[in-house]
Amino acid sequence: MKKILAKVYIWILLIILYAPLVFIAVCSFTESRVLGSWSGFSFKLYQNLLTGIMPGEASLIDAVDNTLFIALISAVLSTLLGTVAAIGIYNLKGKYRKAVLFANNIPMINPDIITGVSLFLLFVFLHFSQGMVTVILAHVTFGTPYVVLSVMPRLQQMNPNIYEAALDLGATPFQALRKVLIPELRPGMASGFILAFTMSLDDFAVTFFTRGTVGLDTLSTYIYTDARKGGLTPELRPLMTIIFLVILVLLLVINIRKEKQAKKLQYIKK
Amino acid sequence: MAQKIIEFKHVSKSFDGKSVLKDINLYVNKGEFITLLGPSGCGKTTLLRMIAGFLEPDEGELLLDGKPLAGIPPHERPLNTVFQRYALFPHLDVYDNIAFGLKLKKVPQDEIDKRVRRVLKLVAMSDYEDRDVETLSGGQQQRIAIARAIVNQPKVLLLDEPLAALDLKMRKDMQIELKEMHRKLGITFIYVTHDQEEALTLSDTIVVLNEGKIQQIGTPTDIYNEPVNCFVADFIGESNILKGRMTGKRRVAFIKHEFDCVDDFEFDERVDVVIRPEDIYFTTDPAKCQFKAKVNTCTFKGVHYEMWVDTDTGYELMIQDYDPYPVGSEVMLYIDPDDIQVMHKERLCNTLYGKVKDEETITLLDGDFPLPNSFESGTEVKVEIPFDAIDLMDNLDDGVVDGEVHFILYKGNHYHLTIKTDDGNSLWVDTNDIWDKGDLVGIRLLPEKGIKITKKDE
Amino acid sequence: MSKRSSWSIPYVVFLVLFVVLPLVLVLMYAFQDGTGHFTLKNIGKFFTDKDALSTFAVSVEVALENTAICILLGYPAAWILSNKKYNRSAVTIILFIMPMWINALMRTLATAQLFTMLGISLGKGTLLFGMVYDYLPFMIYPIYNVLNKMDKSYAEAAVDLGATPWKAFWKVTVPLSMPGVMSGVLMVFMPTVSTFAISEFLTNNKIKLFGTIIQENINSSAWNYGAALAFIMLIIIGLTSLLSKDKEQAEGALI
Repeated sequence: MKKILAKVYIWILLIILYAPLVFIAVCSFTESRVLGSWSGFSFKLYQNLLTGIMPGEASLIDAVDNTLFIALISAVLSTLLGTVAAIGIYNLKGKYRKAVLFANNIPMINPDIITGVSLFLLFVFLHFSQGMVTVILAHVTFGTPYVVLSVMPRLQQMNPNIYEAALDLGATPFQALRKVLIPELRPGMASGFILAFTMSLDDFAVTFFTRGTVGLDTLSTYIYTDARKGGLTPELRPLMTIIFLVILVLLLVINIRKEKQAKKLQYIKK
Repeated sequence: MAQKIIEFKHVSKSFDGKSVLKDINLYVNKGEFITLLGPSGCGKTTLLRMIAGFLEPDEGELLLDGKPLAGIPPHERPLNTVFQRYALFPHLDVYDNIAFGLKLKKVPQDEIDKRVRRVLKLVAMSDYEDRDVETLSGGQQQRIAIARAIVNQPKVLLLDEPLAALDLKMRKDMQIELKEMHRKLGITFIYVTHDQEEALTLSDTIVVLNEGKIQQIGTPTDIYNEPVNCFVADFIGESNILKGRMTGKRRVAFIKHEFDCVDDFEFDERVDVVIRPEDIYFTTDPAKCQFKAKVNTCTFKGVHYEMWVDTDTGYELMIQDYDPYPVGSEVMLYIDPDDIQVMHKERLCNTLYGKVKDEETITLLDGDFPLPNSFESGTEVKVEIPFDAIDLMDNLDDGVVDGEVHFILYKGNHYHLTIKTDDGNSLWVDTNDIWDKGDLVGIRLLPEKGIKITKKDE
Repeated sequence: MSKRSSWSIPYVVFLVLFVVLPLVLVLMYAFQDGTGHFTLKNIGKFFTDKDALSTFAVSVEVALENTAICILLGYPAAWILSNKKYNRSAVTIILFIMPMWINALMRTLATAQLFTMLGISLGKGTLLFGMVYDYLPFMIYPIYNVLNKMDKSYAEAAVDLGATPWKAFWKVTVPLSMPGVMSGVLMVFMPTVSTFAISEFLTNNKIKLFGTIIQENINSSAWNYGAALAFIMLIIIGLTSLLSKDKEQAEGALI
């Protein structure tokens, strides 16, 4: 009885949580330009989106391109910077370590708007013209802390002797790093990269304040402007649906891999 | 006459279809210190959790003071537990941890104060009332965990490997304190451990468990001196376990010699023989000598020397003695009839049930084994496999099915292994190869070694 | 080994430049007038600006309500998800986390559109619903993490000592899961106060939240006043994160 109640509760929450997403997904299969009205089943919106031929809305494709480009570049930079930083911080001691970790936490605790406004003031103050570069720098700012926090636990779990073992066996420090340390840290780097990448994809506020006035649009700012204009470009519906599915698959794959690894570990332990 | 406080009647339990306890019958006397002893996964913690009420038996009955416990939730049982890693509440200080149970029972505040102080004194932690439990050492947390349980004056105190997290020295000290506490409190202690030495030191009664079955119940001396089977003999203390055969009235043959013994078994019965290493004596008197051997290794172990000797008949035996004998020297040995523990063999071969696939193949243990036979395909058959007719392979792909080495017994000149197959069955294998516990092996059968195939139910 | 502590230098420089300096600039702009002279006028303006004050009050109110609803709905959900008796599949948890990875603006717009289609007029109610909808996963996940990692023997010990399961839950499980609740609060309360765009979409511009007035001032080049408002928000952040004892742990709970 309790079990049924618990299940019902969970499923009601999930249904509410997913209703709007499902609603959008359903509406992506009709041609009607007004959301919520059904004018028959059609793949037209998907066709438009995938061929890039959209009545007067070509900039949506640019926004998608920008979003992916910014996410990719900033996630790569965050991963490099964050991994090196994590190794450094791991070897720091006492007060310094605490101070750096505290600073590392600031962008995560700060609401996006504070990060956005403060970076905006920085670029204004430095007379740095805002555009793609500033947006990427801003995204590296909030992405790197996640990489640091993903890599640090791997360092802590790692047997501190393996680096020395590599040196002992004749590896140069660089070889030891490349052949022993990095492979050990790879899972942490990967999850840090994914976090930084999705944070970037998801970002609106920081981009909004750091993109300048050159007309640079990411998906978020595009949606914002679009919605302010009153309507929603119908092609956004198939786009949302696709993103939704991609993320679902991605998360499931990551989780299944994690579970497999855990099982493997158990097996080895046995 | 001792009074039974806890009684298990035909209790069985399984998790996800895997049986962890099989038909357990056991009683605990009032005031007794009883230890459930066995390797991890033997079901001892499951038994304890059933008494505490966190698990209910699938079958059978559990009685407290003669009354069934079924359906009584753990919070209404007059029993308390000392948990494995103590489970002290980190958000409460020492005083509030100990007072937790009393406050729930709405005991008046001054009474709580009095009782908390009293148990703190008992566990020698009087000045720690206000301490945060996370600042305490392992040993101190241990004491608080015991205090938190006994302050409620339970009828039975359940202890789930309470000393496992402590270091060796601390463990020894706590053993003495626990024993002392048991004496002072006079309540029943049910203690779970995998440490045979701890069990021998602490208990009035030991219950040895393995694979969900009670192997033996007895006093520490009984269990040590008269183990009922190879498992108990091997698990408790050091021992030489050897294959033997009865050759006459109170006569048993092993290591290709004949000895007098005190056990009276049927003539020609195949048996297992246990000799404790301290029960093999050196002699210089040829008249006393029963067999000769050559000293192979000699190691000082603190109080005694441990020696491995090769007998003149090709067996290896372990001997413990206060005097060392030089490596390579020829020695004369004898064993007292009293010290020869003869046990019935648990099984003489592996008995499996399978189905004939064709005249060359039989399906067993979820694998198709090449076994020539004269039965029609589809016939259900019983297959009896001698211990030495099973071949274990390093390479899993070379075997028909996979298994894991679960238990190893050295029998003087060969190893007797218990293998768990992937489908959950056990196989017993005699081999000269050295394996380690946990090794994964491929399993093959050797039909030329005399595998007997008969129709099922014949 | 210690030489490798120098590897933190590039990041330290980066942090100083892109995290510390910008916050110093917020402070600087907040206490300067247009010509670069020190002034308290910007801060003073906020406390005399009725619109700003009422927006602030509404924001805090909405944020408090949102946080409270998220705890009330999210705690039971996290508890059920972490309880092996009720939930054994990791997929259910993924389903709860997944919305966190989808663009909040998209989700909000979808919600607003659904309301419009269902004929529900946009206002305070829809704003709260949308906020809960947006932030519930952020509450569930950290609580779930703490509950899931919690040693089950704590609750068992409480029951063993005579607590009914219900009492054991309130006296042991809940207090021990507070770090998860705190990090949930941290991740729901502040973002709610500071959102812009979301509240506009969900109320058809009827209700403005604090984030929106910061954005409006910055966008209309009133940087000093915008910075002053951002500074006020920074102070609230400081206060809320003081409430959660261990920030590192709180944030760590998310990953």
